[in-house]
Amino acid sequence: MELTGSMNMIGYGLAAIGPGVGIGLIFAAYINGVARQPEAQSRLQSIAILGFALAEALAIIGIALAFVL
Amino acid sequence: MSSLANSMPHTLPQTLPQTLPGTGIFAAEGEGFHPPGPADFNLPPIGGSAGTLEFAGQTWELGVTKPMLQAVVVAVFVFGFLYLAAKQRALVPGRLQFSGEAAYGFVRNSMGRDIIGSHDFLRFVPYLLTIFFFILVNNLMASIPFFQFPTMSRSGMVYGLAAMSWILYNAVGIKKHGFVGYFKLQSVPSGISGPILLLLVPLEFMSNILVRPVTLALRLFANMFAGHLLLILFALGGEYLLLHGAALVKPVGILAWVLFVAVAFLELLVQFLQAYVFTLLNAMYNQGALADEH
Repeated sequence: MELTGSMNMIGYGLAAIGPGVGIGLIFAAYINGVARQPEAQSRLQSIAILGFALAEALAIIGIALAFVL
Repeated sequence: MSSLANSMPHTLPQTLPQTLPGTGIFAAEGEGFHPPGPADFNLPPIGGSAGTLEFAGQTWELGVTKPMLQAVVVAVFVFGFLYLAAKQRALVPGRLQFSGEAAYGFVRNSMGRDIIGSHDFLRFVPYLLTIFFFILVNNLMASIPFFQFPTMSRSGMVYGLAAMSWILYNAVGIKKHGFVGYFKLQSVPSGISGPILLLLVPLEFMSNILVRPVTLALRLFANMFAGHLLLILFALGGEYLLLHGAALVKPVGILAWVLFVAVAFLELLVQFLQAYVFTLLNAMYNQGALADEH
């Protein structure tokens, strides 16, 4: 069996490690915060989602460039 | 003559893969496994092409495609659902009214009131509600039988949504703070002075005005696109391993199909989450444009 594909995807896989770790850290901090202070959940949630969106943007730019370049 | 007529039905299935290039559905019948790619999302126009258009150095096909049709179906469905749910206004809500009110309350409270603030969030609730349900049902189209194509995996759809959001939050900010005041608010971080501003002002301007609509659009597009591509890959790869692979790799084909089902459920979560994130970010951008200080 022959495998064909683009090396871009391997590069993208490596590049996605960064945002993956970042998103993990963000939600770890969010869970920690909610566990310590459950009443702050609604305030922390929007901050966590904002951080998640910013970190995910890197992965998204990566996948866009992986298909384009 | 008769031999030609007899051979016609036999040659048809073999020419089919060539008539649908890049759809991936027939590609596995050829030699070797052809992985699905971005070309699989270029669906042909429904009812045939109405001609081509030369524009900007490219050839554009004219016609109505499946995602366009889905966007209209979804808009009609969402309007119908919310209209019927809101029509009765009974003191004791029925099932339809209750689900409509629960959905409205979710967007109004968790995205409108909690983010924009109780003073002027009501102005934004209609827009947030519309955009949330339009994106949510469009995303769910990827999992609903007989549709099974995420509308937002075509980038043109999300560019429109992001452009609308970009115009809205900039207009809101300019209306509140004036043109100069708004750009000062968005590009000069408060509490910072001195030469570091030379570095920060272009960066803040870039991230708040220029990059925001791009990431807003690409986040939704890339999530829907990559998720659906993954599903195609598991389905076609499992089929290829199971039917065309050696006996040793056939169990891997079954594993691929099990993973296909698991990923399909993960996709349901992602579809909801992306609609939520898109609407939440819209609310945040509007809140940032309205805020008095950064």
